[in-house]
Amino acid sequence: MEINLEHGAGGKLTHELFNSIFYKAFKNKILEKAGDKAILRFGSTRIAFTTDAFVMAPKKVSGCTIGKLSVTGTVNDLLTCGAIPMYLSASFIIEEGYPIANLSEIVRDMSETAKISGVSIVTGDTKVVERGKADGVYVITSGIGKVIKNSNVSGSNAEPGDVIVVSGPVGTHGTVVMLARGEFGLYSSVSSDCCPLNDLVIPLIKKYGKKIKVIRDPTRGGLATTLNEIAKESKVGMVVEESKIPVLEEVKSACEVLGIDFLSMANEGIMVFIVDAKIKEKFLKDLRNNPKGRLASVIGKVVSDKEKKVVLSTSVGGERILDMAKGLPLPRIC
Amino acid sequence: MCLGIPGKVEVIKGKEAVVDLGGVKRKVRLDLVEDLSQGDYVIVHAGFVIQKLTKEEAKDLLNAIEELGEAMNW
Amino acid sequence: MVTESFRDPSLSQLFLKKISELKPEGINLMEVCGTHTVNISRFGIRRVLPKGLRIVSGPGCPVCVTSDSDLFKSFQVLEKDVILSTFGDMIKVPLKRKTLLNLKAEGKDIRVVYSPFDTINFLNNNKEVVFFGVGFETTSPTVAALLDYVVEHNVRNFSIISSFKLIPPALKALLSSKDSKIDGLILPGHVSTIIGTKPYEFIVKDYGIPSVITGFEPVDILVSIYLLIRMIKSKKPLLVNAYPRSVRPEGNKKAQKLLYKYFEVSDASWRGFGYLRESGLKLKDSFSNYDAELKLGIKPENIDEPPGCRCADVVRGIITPPECPLYGKVCTPGNPIGPCMVSSEGACAAYYNYGG
Repeated sequence: MEINLEHGAGGKLTHELFNSIFYKAFKNKILEKAGDKAILRFGSTRIAFTTDAFVMAPKKVSGCTIGKLSVTGTVNDLLTCGAIPMYLSASFIIEEGYPIANLSEIVRDMSETAKISGVSIVTGDTKVVERGKADGVYVITSGIGKVIKNSNVSGSNAEPGDVIVVSGPVGTHGTVVMLARGEFGLYSSVSSDCCPLNDLVIPLIKKYGKKIKVIRDPTRGGLATTLNEIAKESKVGMVVEESKIPVLEEVKSACEVLGIDFLSMANEGIMVFIVDAKIKEKFLKDLRNNPKGRLASVIGKVVSDKEKKVVLSTSVGGERILDMAKGLPLPRIC
Repeated sequence: MCLGIPGKVEVIKGKEAVVDLGGVKRKVRLDLVEDLSQGDYVIVHAGFVIQKLTKEEAKDLLNAIEELGEAMNW
Repeated sequence: MVTESFRDPSLSQLFLKKISELKPEGINLMEVCGTHTVNISRFGIRRVLPKGLRIVSGPGCPVCVTSDSDLFKSFQVLEKDVILSTFGDMIKVPLKRKTLLNLKAEGKDIRVVYSPFDTINFLNNNKEVVFFGVGFETTSPTVAALLDYVVEHNVRNFSIISSFKLIPPALKALLSSKDSKIDGLILPGHVSTIIGTKPYEFIVKDYGIPSVITGFEPVDILVSIYLLIRMIKSKKPLLVNAYPRSVRPEGNKKAQKLLYKYFEVSDASWRGFGYLRESGLKLKDSFSNYDAELKLGIKPENIDEPPGCRCADVVRGIITPPECPLYGKVCTPGNPIGPCMVSSEGACAAYYNYGG
């Protein structure tokens, strides 16, 4: 059996690959906790450590380049650990013949995004492969940050009664990249939501501390995958109101035309929070005070459910199960 | 079996047109329809316009059902 | 958008209430079209309809009705140095534990298109370009239009696997089989947009079964279910066109003309029904040079379906997905055995993903 594109789509096959190959080989207590984000303890200090590979194609879309994405992705990952992002490494795999001008533009984006997020890129590596052995350039970044004292966020913290909040419209980045590839001849003026969220998340953690139970950036596999991951880790169920989920009209239409569910499309500039119901109103107000959170919305609540299902109550007054993204979003005629 | 999306004709150029599908634009083929004009609402399937939509709204459908109901004395 | 009013939650609530007030227990409806199957689940309608009302999925999902031997033709052409252009629906359907997606991972040149017409972007090279033609009367005219372009520009390196299907013959086979217990039909809105209302008249005339040509928004679907129950309860079967904004009695004449310029009706092999007379399309002899089977010397093989797989009965509405022994155990979206679980349009996938 060979690797196919579905393994990389962030849904079920990605999880099966992780469990059956990587986790089995590397099995350890820290990896078991959450996989793509690790919390390391040095005495009373907790350090968050995370890494990501970026293979975005095309390399540039409206509002985002692979450079900006490679820093934003790791910075936002560190934030989901309740940590202040501090230092990044950056490694490059570059194809023979790739224009140096394009490379310097990517690196310029990386340094700009690093400045905005208050991180420094302190180490890295560069490898060149023969023409045809890579798609221009791939960027791999890792990052470390110091976990904020009174914060205790983890995917297994959600409890029945907690509320689910998203900080902005869903499905934007994935849809913009899909359209930018031009395979389906669809054009829209929407830009990617890719942006580092330090100034949105850190003040909230400092203010609300342990009342913030879970923070997640719903990247590959979209909101649908992230909610199901949390439900599994916390062994809870969720009820989500479809009409409360913010989404841009163009993103919804583009996915409708192609027969794809926008809840499975990647995001690069929003966060999902699970918070104690007591702080619901204040937390939402604070989020909306920041321009990056002006469309924030409470989309549902955590319930007890031993089958750990995420149920979506539809705007039509119906109900359906929201499952993890299954694989590649592909256009269909039926 | 046939995902069809309503859209509005923006520009017509020979056998093709640009249609606005809820804020997303696409070039579509007109091989299957005739005498279409700008501003018409259409159904698009697999990159082709398959029909010009008439202006019915939900309330027209409900009125039609009412009449049917009376005829069938439901 | 023009469809807003057909998504009005208060209207949906109104018709959900009207439907349950009619006490539809024991009634079996069939939604023929795969897009209805998905939308009934996607809008969450299936889970809030009265329990006793049973809605089964019919033979209207191109993936579910494509026979293994037709699917195998796409594998066979890929043994030659060709580009296969196909809709996304087909590439995850398993055949002897292998899918087109696996073949793509092995280096075969398979390209997924949203529109058949996008295939023209692959024509300017020396490789043969084969389009995998699946779908019903809504989709086949779009492939005829592609062929029109190819003929006009006398393109040499293009051919089609014609696995198109026709809906009326499948409905006839369905209704005349003794184990069909269907009380009412939700008819496909976009096939009807092309073929019009006439081809369905036999349903009421010969079988006395009420049928409603239905749109795809929540209000369209709920109104159609409401009308069908009313007609069943009052024993007055009619053919009702509840999607007049797109369906004219005569259908789309221009599309029909273009389709039958290149294709003619032929017998076809269906999953579920097996061999049905005059239920598919093949290229006319004068255009046989565009027939991939002839051009590439493909010898069709008949392949029996995976053991225990009852997609055939799901497609004919004899059982609902949970009643299949493999459903949810061996056969899941992660490890699909039959096409009804692979295709997001398939009944089993819709049941499993959106909750039956």
